[in-house]
Amino acid sequence: MANKSPQIPNIAELMDKIKSGKIFSEIAKEITESQLWTSSFRHGYADTPRNRVLQIASNVWLHLHPVKMHRHALRIKFTWCMGGITFLLFLSTVVTGVILMFYYRPVGEYAYYDMKYLQYDVPFGMLMRNMHRWAAHAMVITVWLHMFRVFLTGSYKPPRELNWVIGVFLVTFTLLLSFTGYLLPWDQLAMWAVTVGTNMARATPFLGNEGPFAEFVGVTPRYDARALLIGGSLVGPPALLRFYVLHCIFIPLIAGALMIVHFWRIRKDGGISGPL
Amino acid sequence: MAEAASPKKKIEEVPEKLHVWPYLVRLEFLCALVVIIALAVWSIVIDAPLEEAANPTKTPNPSKAPWYFLGLQDILVYFDPWFAGVVAPVLIIVGLMLIPYLDVNPKGNGYYTYHERKVAIWVYCFGFLVLWIALIIMGVFLRGPGWNLFMPWQYWDPHKVVALVNVDLPYAFGFRDYTWSAIFGGGVLLAYFGIGTGAYFFMERKALKSVGFLRMFLKIQLALIMIGIVIKIVLRIGFNIKYIMVTPWISV
Repeated sequence: MANKSPQIPNIAELMDKIKSGKIFSEIAKEITESQLWTSSFRHGYADTPRNRVLQIASNVWLHLHPVKMHRHALRIKFTWCMGGITFLLFLSTVVTGVILMFYYRPVGEYAYYDMKYLQYDVPFGMLMRNMHRWAAHAMVITVWLHMFRVFLTGSYKPPRELNWVIGVFLVTFTLLLSFTGYLLPWDQLAMWAVTVGTNMARATPFLGNEGPFAEFVGVTPRYDARALLIGGSLVGPPALLRFYVLHCIFIPLIAGALMIVHFWRIRKDGGISGPL
Repeated sequence: MAEAASPKKKIEEVPEKLHVWPYLVRLEFLCALVVIIALAVWSIVIDAPLEEAANPTKTPNPSKAPWYFLGLQDILVYFDPWFAGVVAPVLIIVGLMLIPYLDVNPKGNGYYTYHERKVAIWVYCFGFLVLWIALIIMGVFLRGPGWNLFMPWQYWDPHKVVALVNVDLPYAFGFRDYTWSAIFGGGVLLAYFGIGTGAYFFMERKALKSVGFLRMFLKIQLALIMIGIVIKIVLRIGFNIKYIMVTPWISV
């Protein structure tokens, strides 16, 4: 047996290794050549052009990307990263929203007390609600900035016209998602903000009871565009249920479908726009 | 000189097209990491608001829509709800969707430029930054009880008295009869859109063939409506004018 007495590390040598970055490759080697590692992963990842393509093309989550892109499209100065951040914030609201749905009942008698329950009793309940609300607000801002960037770079021009139109739908649905969610806490802020917002529907020409030309159609406060939206003549429990269903099921489904088309069209229209 | 030139040369050696894996995916990952951490920290530090339970018998003053709609709520001061709350949002959405079909300028596709598309940039920046963002900021911070304007250092006095001295435009011009007022107001509106459209078509008559009649027509109508909103705001604030046209059914 070779006598391997424990070596006192040479400080100068160690500093040298850290400075040159050699220490990382040495640690990586130690790990990837260990029995635990080699028994788990049959082979390493060879950084070849073929493998780089396959990482994108054969991965269900990544394949919405093109496999190659223009160098300029990587620059944050060009994209502001806003489209991606908007999608990430949407995903955050989906995850936190599902958790909130476990505790929240969209019923007039319960809704507000479930909010209190989330705030004081549910582990991490307040954190989930905070993340949900702040992500939603941030998403409104980032989607506007994304649209502003796309306009300033003229990225709606041919061949990307339709993707701009889909984008305008997505902006609208972002606002509607936020607006329908605004009612759910069922507090004073929620009820009156939604009252102010939905009051506009009763001024719809022809279809709202206070709108122009309503007298020719015969709509009433309990049977007009606003009543259809909130299920009655004022913002009450039926409105809460309607907004809950719209917020949790209907609008996310439509917005999600449009997002898939939006991302797919980016790739099909030749990646994100750039100087020709 | 030689030193300044060398890094530029190096960049050109990099191929124009790069693999998305790893260059974009790692950037997305880092960006996601930063955003999630920022969101988590923000959410730990600042609680979402929760006021007292909803009470349909207790109307707060002021009652405000969610902040992102406050630009529209502010336009309610100058327009009736059918326009500010229904027609204006629809026009904004439809107008935005029409942009790629109305803007036929082939330049500025995929890069930042101001000089190659000055009008487009001006119109969008005015609509977005002034008519949307500035009005939202005003609605959030400066609109107090009774939707009156309060400076940040002023007390939100719910009993603030504001004299209602607004008159309709036909009245200001001496019309006292309902029918003649309506005809005068309608005439002003028609003249505004008619002269505006005519002037635009005359100035851009050379472009008519390449751009097309329908495109130019829609473009100028949307522009006139947008300018009209500004004119109405100026008329109200500067001259206390309430309506341009008054009829029993609809007033503008």
